[in-house]
Amino acid sequence: MARFARTIAHTPGCPKKRNRAAAKTRWTLRRGGLATAAMTAIDPIVWNDWHPVAARCTLDPARAHTTVLLNQPLTIAIDGAGTITARRDDGGALHQDERYGLVWVCLGTPDRPVLVIAEADEPDRPAVVVGAVAVRAAGPRVIENFLDLGHLGYVHAGYLGDDPHTRVLPYSVAALPQGGIIATGCRMYQPQASPAATEGFDVEYVYKVERALITCLYKSNPLHRDRFDVIYLFVQPVTETTSVAHPLLLCLPDGTTPQGLRAFQQTIFLQDKPILENQRPARLPLADGADTPIAADKSSVAYRRWLSAIGLTWGVIPAPAKAARAA
Amino acid sequence: MILYDAHHLPECYAVRLFAALVGAPLTLVPVDVYPGHEHRSDDFLARNPLGTLPVLVDGDTVWTDWQEMLAALALRHDAAWFPAHDPALIGWLGMARDLAASLGLARLIDTFGAPGDAAAARAHADVLLDEIERRRWFGERAGKVWVMPQAHPTIADVAVFVFIALCEDAGLSLRDRPALRRWIDRVRFAPGFIAMSGVFPPMANVTR
Ligand SMILES: [Fe+2]
Repeated sequence: MARFARTIAHTPGCPKKRNRAAAKTRWTLRRGGLATAAMTAIDPIVWNDWHPVAARCTLDPARAHTTVLLNQPLTIAIDGAGTITARRDDGGALHQDERYGLVWVCLGTPDRPVLVIAEADEPDRPAVVVGAVAVRAAGPRVIENFLDLGHLGYVHAGYLGDDPHTRVLPYSVAALPQGGIIATGCRMYQPQASPAATEGFDVEYVYKVERALITCLYKSNPLHRDRFDVIYLFVQPVTETTSVAHPLLLCLPDGTTPQGLRAFQQTIFLQDKPILENQRPARLPLADGADTPIAADKSSVAYRRWLSAIGLTWGVIPAPAKAARAA
Repeated sequence: MILYDAHHLPECYAVRLFAALVGAPLTLVPVDVYPGHEHRSDDFLARNPLGTLPVLVDGDTVWTDWQEMLAALALRHDAAWFPAHDPALIGWLGMARDLAASLGLARLIDTFGAPGDAAAARAHADVLLDEIERRRWFGERAGKVWVMPQAHPTIADVAVFVFIALCEDAGLSLRDRPALRRWIDRVRFAPGFIAMSGVFPPMANVTR
């Protein structure tokens, strides 16, 4: 899949003039094509994928929303009828979609749709957009932090972990058939696992990374302990070392209002923000042994190896030997 | 007392923090300002026509100015925090409002996508941080540990702390401001101190 995407990006379109109307149409496409060629520095894996750029609920007809995706300034406007239009400020072409309350943009040639989330179709799980938070950290760093069980008892003490329950018990990591990784059997004692939790309990977790900059977790719901709440984290790559996090909640009804869910998740994410912003190097190093992993970091190691294997270069420091072997 | 609260706004944190420092119990009512715009709802505007947070309610009394809330809580619980006789208090509370309009604004633009000119706001905040660092540095040499000359901390410390402690969210740093870092730690170790997301509690594993 990744190699296919790369082929598309490196084959600039070669339009031949036939008639004026077609030429005009092609001019637009070609401008996009030229811009793409000029952007060969941008990793085709992220260039040809879909990324969230705004939440519908934050768009205001009185004022267009400006943001940046893969170094490209964008303007997202909504009109009085609720129609959303995303534009590149340089006039280049883009693809636009809307899913899960978010506006998605692909700057290159999409080779697959926006990620399909089966749980979003379950009628008792309303999709709650948490509210985007910009973070001065590379996209892959943001994903890796989300996968890290070891930090819960420290960074989120009193909520998602607590001293002395900071030990990370063994869990398993496997490859997903469609690409990506899954970590199962993760358990953590949490004093306040979610706004609805009235007591601490052993929370069971499953983590998935389905695309380079999309991750999610399934965690036991405090009321329906046999079913899982689902929390997605979509990372909008702004520059190689800055991102916007767009969390999405697909939680079971447990009496918590959307306002309560949002406040809780924002509190948690804003606790991670200073940690993420102080990680060095800014880009995620993919070489084995670049950081010293312990057993608790199994999912992080698997994520970095998978990024190496697909050849991601955006927001990472590639492992030279490994990248060559994987390619 | 009921505090209509937005967890991420420094002005709301100032009231939560000060209430904790003087032992005033608060009932928090979260308002979904971001991304919900609840502060623009008719219900909220009926409570505070300005549409700003926080709002403090005690029976029939409603406060909509966060600095006035600090003063009111100090007068009720511990007046040592409110040296009303000293004109410098006016200056420091004004400094806190200038920080809100510069550092606070840059933080809202950078982190939460609010409209505005982040670079201009950041440049103004940078000047203010340099000046506060300068005052703190000379203050320390004169044996003053808080921003006001008093030996007791004041609401002025709380009012400027909530912005300066979050300066990294605005793209600013205390790396070259050692006197400010020492003062930040002094506030963090004050008895009753509580953190907010982005502000570290005095010990890694202590919250609330
Ligand atoms: Fe975290």
